[in-house]
Amino acid sequence: MSLRDAVARHVHDGDVVVIEGFTHLISFAAGHEIIRQRRRDLTLCRLTPDLIYDQMIAAGCAKKLVFSWAGNPGVGSLHAFRRAAEGGTLELEEYSHFGMVARFSAGAARLPFWSLRDYAGTDIPQANPRIKSVTCPYTGEALATVPALNPDVTIVHAQRADPQGNTQIWGLLGVQKEAAFASRRVIVVVEELVDETVIRSDPNRTLIPASIVDAVVIEPWGAHPSYAQGYYDRDNDFYVAWDGISRDGQSLDRFLDEFVYGVRDRAEYMQKQPDLADRLKARARFCAGVNYGF
Amino acid sequence: MTVVAARELRDGEVVFVGIGLPNLACNLARRTHAPHLVLIYESGAVGAAPERLPVSIGDPALVTGSLMVCGMADVFQLFLQNGRIEVGFLGGAQVDRYANINTTVIGSYERPTVRLPGSGGAAEIALHAQRVVIIAKLSPRAFPERVDFVTSPGRRVKRVITDRGVLEPDGPGGELMLTALYPGVQQSDIEAGVGWQLRSRPTLECVDPPTRSELQLLREVLDPKRLYLKG
Repeated sequence: MSLRDAVARHVHDGDVVVIEGFTHLISFAAGHEIIRQRRRDLTLCRLTPDLIYDQMIAAGCAKKLVFSWAGNPGVGSLHAFRRAAEGGTLELEEYSHFGMVARFSAGAARLPFWSLRDYAGTDIPQANPRIKSVTCPYTGEALATVPALNPDVTIVHAQRADPQGNTQIWGLLGVQKEAAFASRRVIVVVEELVDETVIRSDPNRTLIPASIVDAVVIEPWGAHPSYAQGYYDRDNDFYVAWDGISRDGQSLDRFLDEFVYGVRDRAEYMQKQPDLADRLKARARFCAGVNYGF
Repeated sequence: MTVVAARELRDGEVVFVGIGLPNLACNLARRTHAPHLVLIYESGAVGAAPERLPVSIGDPALVTGSLMVCGMADVFQLFLQNGRIEVGFLGGAQVDRYANINTTVIGSYERPTVRLPGSGGAAEIALHAQRVVIIAKLSPRAFPERVDFVTSPGRRVKRVITDRGVLEPDGPGGELMLTALYPGVQQSDIEAGVGWQLRSRPTLECVDPPTRSELQLLREVLDPKRLYLKG
């Protein structure tokens, strides 16, 4: 399925949308497609909104942001996010990383909440009344709780999947497994489509099974400027450049016009930047391999 | 400051590495006196051995050659909440008299003057690491009497490494006191960088200056592009 069709079918105005991936495997291709299809009033959830949600906020897709760390990693601020937050035009629901991870864990296990030893002495629960507490029935200890997060749709970028959607990821795993299992619909976007026999040759690497996947999209370089371990490096230069691009709304709009609205898909986005592939292509570092025999 | 922070770490310790200068300090320690330091990043890399300085805490170089890569639910539940982290290394926009850290907002939460990134893993690192070390540059704005928002409580903070000297709490959860000066720094320089009446230990330690090899590693090997070493 094309990304255009997958977004058209599975991402609707007003949805709770998760594009996960902690620095690694962030589906910028899907974010850009959502912007192109002008989805509105989305509740965007991610631990780290990163550049992709900064772009989606700037493009007017977001009504609300649910998050735990909203910065440009290694660089500084997310300026579109900051303008919206400081101007009071974006609803915020804020946790810590552990809180967000716990929300996905509860959602994935179909429990109403998750308990964690967290937040004592912090002001975070005052800023977010959805963080509550519960008394442990066994020890009497007061534990913090966070509500389950069950998105309407979760989009995960991955190295490879088979045509049914059995999806393998290596490198940083983030919370993609929990987010996918918590979600009502799941779109998987992959660097490579492989035969089911490839998946079966290394089943421990499968993070997301086909049974929970609604759409499989092949989109090489779909995570750029994020990265895909073993395929291409993170485009740190772009992350630094984003600081300048996003500092004022006009230069940000010019970026969206040229690289999002101005291209039809990821292939065109890559054709516009012919040096990217050479600059970022990963070198080979193969693992030793394991014996699955019995 | 980075060199002093690196010296805080003992060889073989398990350290939870935060973004920014802590990242640089931990990698310097690993290449000098603490080659067996176990670096854990909230991104899931355990026992990371990055061949290049990671720009972010989710850099691909943290994965290549690490001892283990796990999901973030495991990082927070099996390592941090389980009590397996010996040192938590944090930076912060604001640090107050009782070592509480603010990385959330300057001003009110509802209508902030400056919206900062938020907690990330900092709240739980501050609550669960056995010993918390903070790195922050002195200025009255960065060291107010009370932070505008407590993102990470100061209870487990053992040391605050600044650009001019070292502060330590007067007992667990106590107020920060000046305990050590860098070479050439006067006590009054540090008092001027703090927004409250800073008390000092009766005898102040003098911190050894960075060695040539520490500086060379920082400037030529770890951070030649000056990603972290600014100014």
